[in-house]
Amino acid sequence: MSNRSANMPFRFVSCMELREVLGKRAMDEHRLLELIEEVPADSIYYHTHSYFLRHAYTQQLYSNDFATWVVLYAQDRLLGERLGVLDPFDFDDIEQLRDEILRIMSEHLNHSTVPRCVVSEPFEFIRSHIIEIPLGLEARTLCEFHDALANVEVGAVYNHVCEARMRKRQLSVDFARWFSSEEGLGLQELARNVEQVGRLGLSLEGMRKKILRLCDDELARQRTL
Amino acid sequence: MLEQYQDVAPQGTVELLRQLGRRVEGKTLVHVNSTRLGGGVAEILHRLLPLFDELGIKARWEVMAGSDVFYRTTKSFHNALQGTRQRITPEMYDAFIECNRDNAKRLNLDSEFAMIHDPQAVALINARPHGATWIWRCHIDVSTPQHSVWQFLRPFVVRYDAAVFSLPKFSQRLPLPQFLVYPSIDPFSEKNREMESDEIERVLQRLSVPRDKPILLQVSRFDRFKDPVGVVAAYRLVKKSHDCRLVLAGGTATDDPEGAEVLAEVQEAVGTDPDVHILLLPPTANLEINALQRAATIIYQKSTREGFGLTVAEALWKGKPVIGGETGGITIQLIPEVTGFTVNSPEGAAFYTRRLLNEPELMTVLGRQGKEYARHRFLITRHLQEYLGLLIYLQQRVRSG
Repeated sequence: MSNRSANMPFRFVSCMELREVLGKRAMDEHRLLELIEEVPADSIYYHTHSYFLRHAYTQQLYSNDFATWVVLYAQDRLLGERLGVLDPFDFDDIEQLRDEILRIMSEHLNHSTVPRCVVSEPFEFIRSHIIEIPLGLEARTLCEFHDALANVEVGAVYNHVCEARMRKRQLSVDFARWFSSEEGLGLQELARNVEQVGRLGLSLEGMRKKILRLCDDELARQRTL
Repeated sequence: MLEQYQDVAPQGTVELLRQLGRRVEGKTLVHVNSTRLGGGVAEILHRLLPLFDELGIKARWEVMAGSDVFYRTTKSFHNALQGTRQRITPEMYDAFIECNRDNAKRLNLDSEFAMIHDPQAVALINARPHGATWIWRCHIDVSTPQHSVWQFLRPFVVRYDAAVFSLPKFSQRLPLPQFLVYPSIDPFSEKNREMESDEIERVLQRLSVPRDKPILLQVSRFDRFKDPVGVVAAYRLVKKSHDCRLVLAGGTATDDPEGAEVLAEVQEAVGTDPDVHILLLPPTANLEINALQRAATIIYQKSTREGFGLTVAEALWKGKPVIGGETGGITIQLIPEVTGFTVNSPEGAAFYTRRLLNEPELMTVLGRQGKEYARHRFLITRHLQEYLGLLIYLQQRVRSG
């Protein structure tokens, strides 16, 4: 079991994000709500997922741009907290996530005391185009996978965890699918644990470390067999 | 050359660049701007071109040639686009068109991709070769322009295949895709490379800047938007409680005729204070700027309007605490209390300067975090990656019609 070599290797593919400015700006929360309703799904994806690709220092407030903006610029901490707790990994697709954001905002704007303020920075809607970059790096065994993941450019973690699950609508993390499949390593429990990694609110480096630790644990378990 | 970035760029970046490069290998790209010396655009092009070359993209750089009237006009355009009302005569508009027409004949624009930097060369679009993909790379803030100037430039801009801005809020409503690419610094350029302490010492001696007290530094052109007079005012407020020196180091770019006027205003504000050093440096004084930034205790970029403000990234890369104006790209680079402070007045700059001088450990923390942030966000490797991504995207779009 410990030396199992997959029939189908795992091929690491990194990605980069090209950001397109949509020219749509919100100066208050009501306009933000309207624009969230009308912008393309790629823009909702960008503002709720791309923070993973940014540096940890810029993720310090909330993990989606809507929550961060309403706190920092619209001075609305209550709405910020309600939006900030949203976990994109709880949703099967972007439209479900958009609906939930709209529901939270509508309810808040209809029933809460909304601070009135002149914002200094508008909310700028952006969407991203993801360019995949095959790295020519393959793994057939768990050991090879571990070593490759430890050194790969961090965009590959984003591609195989976030992109795979949400934008490509595979509903699971690439790594987990390979671990569990018969063509891959057939390791169901490891796959289940890796599937949960995206849900832990980690940065990409945090995800990488967690997956590596799960691989270490599995390798240690196999050695005792 | 690319190999040397392995040690400074985030893990795996160089391999990623090589893979991206293969997708546009053999393509031709021409950059056009209006000066080869001075200013951030020229600086980054000097460094980017060899990297494109190493990745197999045949990149060239053409520079506009213009008369004094042309440069005065484009300086007025620059100010008008950034929101300061200018009087522009019909003769100035004519000179702009004529200069672009002359340059279109003179420059070699035969290339599959062209990246035209800033408004100076925007009208070259009239000379786009058939089938070429042209990108307007705007480095300045055109979000609240003088209407008449924007109306004049807009018909040229809309004919490009794409526009690239440094910040989303700098963009305009335009019927073409607009991308976001932050500019960058090169950690191996003369301005940013590592320096030994005795080398720094020698440069400061040559510039007659003693290191006997904390040095507050602003490096920028003598330009009103950079608010050098405001920096002098901040220094005076700090000086009441902390003995320190102020160094204002700058020069004028060859396309910036307003510099001498602003310099005179600064000299008047400084008077005869021996602890203030105004250094007029030539555009080639990169090593001097490097040494000054490394010797500085705190670095300012107290702009009131700013494109991106790459001097902030330079300072962050050198591990220095930075105080910057809350404008433009400075707000992207300075995360309050993490990589620096943003301010709106000389009083604000003075307040945070005093706080930092009183808390040396805070300076160390900000410096460390700032360097790490710059490594991920503002190095040339990330810039090159995004330009390659843009070429790949536009190439795919052309192929798919």
